[in-house]
Amino acid sequence: MMTSQNKSLLQVRDLTTTFYRNGRALRAVDGISFDVHAGEVLGLVGESGSGKSISLRSIIGLARDYGTVEGNVYWKGEDLLTRTDKQLQCVRGSQISMIFQEPMTSLNPLLTVGLQIEENLKAHTDLDRPARKARAIELLDTVGIPGASSRLRDFPHQFSGGMRQRVMIAIALASCPELLLADEPTTALDVTIQDQILQLLLSLAKNLNMAIVLVTHDLGVVAQTCDRVAVMYAGRLVETGSVRDVLKRPRHPYTLGLLKSVPESVPPRTPLYSVPGTPPALDALPKGCAFAPRCHMVEDICLGNRPPLSEIGEQISSACHFPEVAGEEVSA
Amino acid sequence: MTLPDTLQITTQKKKKLNPRVKALLRPGFLLGFFILSCSIILAVFPWAFAPYDPNAFDFTAIKQPPGRAHPFGTDNLGRDTLSRVIWAYQVDMQIAFFATFFAMVIGVVAGSLVAYHGGIADVIFGRVADVTITFPFLVLVIAVVAVLGPGLTNMYVAVTLVQWVYYARLTRAEIMTQMTSDYASAGRVMGYSSTRIIFRHLLPNAMTPLITFWMTDMALAILLGSSLGYLGLGAQPPQAEWGVLIAEGRNFITTAWWMSLMPGIAIVLTGLGFSLVGDSIADVLRPRGAA
Repeated sequence: MMTSQNKSLLQVRDLTTTFYRNGRALRAVDGISFDVHAGEVLGLVGESGSGKSISLRSIIGLARDYGTVEGNVYWKGEDLLTRTDKQLQCVRGSQISMIFQEPMTSLNPLLTVGLQIEENLKAHTDLDRPARKARAIELLDTVGIPGASSRLRDFPHQFSGGMRQRVMIAIALASCPELLLADEPTTALDVTIQDQILQLLLSLAKNLNMAIVLVTHDLGVVAQTCDRVAVMYAGRLVETGSVRDVLKRPRHPYTLGLLKSVPESVPPRTPLYSVPGTPPALDALPKGCAFAPRCHMVEDICLGNRPPLSEIGEQISSACHFPEVAGEEVSA
Repeated sequence: MTLPDTLQITTQKKKKLNPRVKALLRPGFLLGFFILSCSIILAVFPWAFAPYDPNAFDFTAIKQPPGRAHPFGTDNLGRDTLSRVIWAYQVDMQIAFFATFFAMVIGVVAGSLVAYHGGIADVIFGRVADVTITFPFLVLVIAVVAVLGPGLTNMYVAVTLVQWVYYARLTRAEIMTQMTSDYASAGRVMGYSSTRIIFRHLLPNAMTPLITFWMTDMALAILLGSSLGYLGLGAQPPQAEWGVLIAEGRNFITTAWWMSLMPGIAIVLTGLGFSLVGDSIADVLRPRGAA
């Protein structure tokens, strides 16, 4: 749980990522700001296309290959966005690591997993060859791969999806990072494996005092794993707060909609609730609140005025004109 | 047929290499491998196989048809055609290697770098490639050789100057494809250097078509070397080289057909050997178990 004496590890301020297509500017991420404290797990939730993954890629400096990234990302007080790829090398992989959605493609098919783990150690530590090998075995053991020492010489295609994701985690954790960016790490896996991987991430985070930013579209996962949650919609943050507060009493109708569409304790064959409509296209954002066209309690002010993300309670912020009414249905 | 083998990999580790070795035990590869091995042996030890001195005139045996004393016949100066064809292996295998190797190394390195770093270098490379490819290959090589002067070394220089563009283009395209894969992004977020990502991760995954292309190119280089030799721009007479030999036999094609035919057969056979081996290597190197 987050405590007040934890200082901010990562401060994201007004992060904006713009793509240019056919001369038009598309804002995939629009001025989001959040903090990540040491050792906490932050969930970044939203539908497909809401800009979650792009936000992560913007933080670590991958998104600037195909778009313009503005704003500030302070890592321990230093702005990462002003650094070149070369200057980022000492932070990436050693202090901040990232794991991807697709364990099938995020490993190099031609190198053994042993070599791929040792590669991180080679880049970021002074360990010699035998020490690296020992550490690689230890890491595979930590992430729960049976027979670690004999599997070092196996190629990625000899592992199952869940096992590959474990290998990926082992590589990411090789140099004991302080922050792990996890981009939907369990989406491509089946449900039982999902749970195992999440438990693994959580226990590792606790043991290593590592912070995690967990991108997901599954509020169930957030409820299980995160300390704080940030809900994204159409490139903006619409609600942030501690998981307990937000899930118990959402202050934004979009969060409420997501919450209602989680299938929990409903009798069989009950149709799932779904938020009506689809997220707006990035080149056709409404003038006011981006969620207004799908909102069940939309008022005139919502159509003309965009509500800013403002603090409405202790550690809770919402971007809604009527934050107090928004969550009434759940608490009732 | 192959399914049980693939299943075995996961269970029996000792048989891991079996499917790959098995892929090589096909008639195509075996034939190609046999031809190439013979070619290399002939190129390294020509004196052990050539019955006569390739440059010795014998005016008592001029334009002899193939027979017991001279299995491939003799030329207009009484030189033994078989011996000359065998000694020519040395030159032509050299051409196959040197006319392609430097072009490949330069092209692969340049192609990888422009693909990964992009920017102005990539634009300039694109224009250079366009201009080079606009001209017919042979015309450009002949033009460069004409400037540098005929001879084998100048021919290597000329071919390298032109051919690296083709390797670079292929490499660039392959690397661009690999760059979109997750493991490339993963390498970057793990903080690896660009050199490491290019040469350790991207290039090995892009190598398969390049090796096939290289093998095919070696076969073509022999043809090219022979063409230039025929035109008098490559190997110079009296050095035995297949193109030169064919050119020498040109005037006697109606009376002494063996002078041109025998080196022609050697060209075809060696080219076939390279192609067969290239195809099989491509099959074996193709990443397995990706699905």
